[in-house]
Amino acid sequence: MSDQTTTLAPRDTVTLFARVGGIVTSGPVVIVATVLLTIVVLAAILAPWIVPHDPVRLTPSVRLKPPSEVHWLGTDAFGRDLFSRIVYGGRISLVVGVGAAIFAVAVGLVLGLLAGYIRWLDAVLMRMVDGLMAIPNILLAIAIVSLWGASLWTVLVAITIPEVPRVVRLVRSVVLSAREEPYVEAAIAAGSSTLLIMRRHLLPNTIAPLIIQGTYICASAILTEAILSFLGAGINPETPSWGNIMAEGRIYFQINPGIVLWPGLVVSVAILSINLLGDAVRDALDPRMAQRGIER
Amino acid sequence: MSETLLEINDLRIALEGRPDQQVVKGLNLKIEPGQTMCLVGESGSGKSLTALATMGLLPKVLQPISGQILLKGEDMLTSNPNRMRALRATSMSMIFQEPMTALNPVARVGQQIEEVLEFHSDLSQSEQRKRVLEMMEAVHLPDVEKLYKSYPHQLSGGQRQRIMIAMALIMRPQLLIADEPTTALDVTTQAQILTLIRELREQQGSAVLFITHDMGVVSEIADDVTVLKLGEVMETQAVDALLRRPQTDYTRDLLRSVPSQVPRMARAEQSDQIVLATDNLCKTYGGGGLFKKAREVKAAQDVTLSLNKGRTLGIVGESGSGKSTVARCIMRLIDPTSGVITVGGKDIATLTQKELKPQRKNIQIVFQDPMRSLNPRIEVGESIIEGPLNFGVSHSDAMKRARELLDLVGLPASAVDRFPHQFSGGQRQRIAIARALAMDPDVLVADEAVSALDVSVQAQVLDLLADLQKRLGLGILFITHDLGVAAQICDDVVVMQHGRIVEYGPAGTVLGSPQQEYTKALIAAAPGRHWDFANFRPFAEAG
Repeated sequence: MSDQTTTLAPRDTVTLFARVGGIVTSGPVVIVATVLLTIVVLAAILAPWIVPHDPVRLTPSVRLKPPSEVHWLGTDAFGRDLFSRIVYGGRISLVVGVGAAIFAVAVGLVLGLLAGYIRWLDAVLMRMVDGLMAIPNILLAIAIVSLWGASLWTVLVAITIPEVPRVVRLVRSVVLSAREEPYVEAAIAAGSSTLLIMRRHLLPNTIAPLIIQGTYICASAILTEAILSFLGAGINPETPSWGNIMAEGRIYFQINPGIVLWPGLVVSVAILSINLLGDAVRDALDPRMAQRGIER
Repeated sequence: MSETLLEINDLRIALEGRPDQQVVKGLNLKIEPGQTMCLVGESGSGKSLTALATMGLLPKVLQPISGQILLKGEDMLTSNPNRMRALRATSMSMIFQEPMTALNPVARVGQQIEEVLEFHSDLSQSEQRKRVLEMMEAVHLPDVEKLYKSYPHQLSGGQRQRIMIAMALIMRPQLLIADEPTTALDVTTQAQILTLIRELREQQGSAVLFITHDMGVVSEIADDVTVLKLGEVMETQAVDALLRRPQTDYTRDLLRSVPSQVPRMARAEQSDQIVLATDNLCKTYGGGGLFKKAREVKAAQDVTLSLNKGRTLGIVGESGSGKSTVARCIMRLIDPTSGVITVGGKDIATLTQKELKPQRKNIQIVFQDPMRSLNPRIEVGESIIEGPLNFGVSHSDAMKRARELLDLVGLPASAVDRFPHQFSGGQRQRIAIARALAMDPDVLVADEAVSALDVSVQAQVLDLLADLQKRLGLGILFITHDLGVAAQICDDVVVMQHGRIVEYGPAGTVLGSPQQEYTKALIAAAPGRHWDFANFRPFAEAG
């Protein structure tokens, strides 16, 4: 009967740290994914101290050797140590993956907020986005790389641009529904500026879906980079990346299949881990899923 | 007396794996054939859960932990899913609150009714169709041949609810469970549906378990009433006895909170200062279109009204009457098509957003849904001071004022650093009022501000608004579909229909002796208008 005007519920004390911890340990599969991803990332960061050989030194005497005590995963056609190359290759792949995710989310967020909130801009922006979406990702990336030449930056841009439209659409849809919320209308009635409304009331709604989308972009960018390198449109062949190791190895597949299979395995494991983590984040942030977690 | 149809003994429902967290605590209930039993209670009283448990439709996370639900002696809690499926529709059936979501939007309504027959009878195709058409006629649907082939979105809310009832009753079940079946409907439609349920009960002889929060509806339809509070039965009585001689304090408080349909005493005009006026305000949607002219919808036409300082002006009407459109135009949340809106002595109808900003201080709004009117990610203190900060008040001064305002609306000042989800619906509505007051407005627009609240909380918030008006001299524009609420707090009333003002005048005149047919129909349809709930007697017996 009473409105309980004087009694208040206790404060929330769940810290960000505890939430992240909760997500990471939310299931055995997620724990495995976290451990594997941590190993891959640490290996890439600590590459100079881990690798037993220089990844670019040519040693013609040990061409295409199978795994041995000296060369743990064998050697490629130029006698370079495959394990060292894969460890170093992770640097490029992960930088491209994380970089593309951050850039795509940042650009897409700004465009999406504008499209979702400012009506006349919506039609213009969204038609451009639709046009961009109509071109296949790989084709667009190849076109951009061939236009500006292969370097880490152009590859990064080439991979980022095709990912932007999906982020714009996602942010726009979130903003379109959030702008109808009474608390946004109350802010308008309180005389808040468009910028303040976007920053304070609309942007926070987009964060959960963007984190999830970001993990998917990261995974798909690693794959796209590998495909670009495999097709010869990637970063110069000197620098090892998971994609160009496989590309160079494919003609020797029958002599030493490990050159293709090992980097392929690492790519698969990294992408699977990132996607699984993305799913775990989605489950944790989706209110309906969270509800189930509490009731459990 | 014949055999008891439904008997619920000591029903307890708890969260799965948490037998200490009971949401229904030892409920007992008996329904005889042909009887209408109303389950009444506020949100969280367990009334819907009892119905779902009877139908075997409880969500997985809730489990009955003890008790029996006997339908003609057969325990529903121990029956297997196949048996339950057979019993649903044939022995008992249910209708829900929201007829739009309860129907499949991509199937024709006739076929949806027919589906019930397909599962539960061995009639031939043509006999099934004949039965469906008969049933559709029985629920008074017009032109049944055509409606049979219609999709749910082509029907009105009332027609959809009639389809639901047809679907529920086509197998002639002995028990019909109706869970707030008229809550989402307009008052005139509600009156028709209540009549229909009563009529079908008499024709088919089925018993009805009717769940509602509305005492007015109870007085119209119930034979007997069970009052629930937080999962416990407070009392069970015949309807007349309950309304006249409630046995528990809870029921008495509940009845006292029901807004009376009789208009309040006219108050003397305290001030002739006009704080809000509109002149021929119009809002038209559509009409544009690049290649062909889109259909025009005139949401508001020639709305002229005025509100004095310290007075309350009510806008009443059914859904689609344009009352919210008027409120949103006045707030400039949408741009009016034409007309004048005078706030603080200035026409704000055509100002740009930039010119409008200084005028925003004068007029503030409180919305219907307390769950959505506060940003869930921001502490309530920050929400309250957003407006003052926009007008250059320092953070510490604004925060000090926020604490005072929370105190003013009856919340502890320490609430400023809590988040909205830590408050109940009524508390949040108080915070929303505090936020509106932070701007020191002349006018407060309350758009169905108490409609989503339980009746006891609603009474408290209405008292708060009246108190604030007295202290601060606010002009209140009160938009509501509930004539009782309007009668209780409004000085003047505007009745709207199809975007136009039908009747406008002092509350006592408009609601007491209405001149227009539409107003008369609205008042006649209001459930429980013959009962003076607060004084536990029908109006006819009042002195």
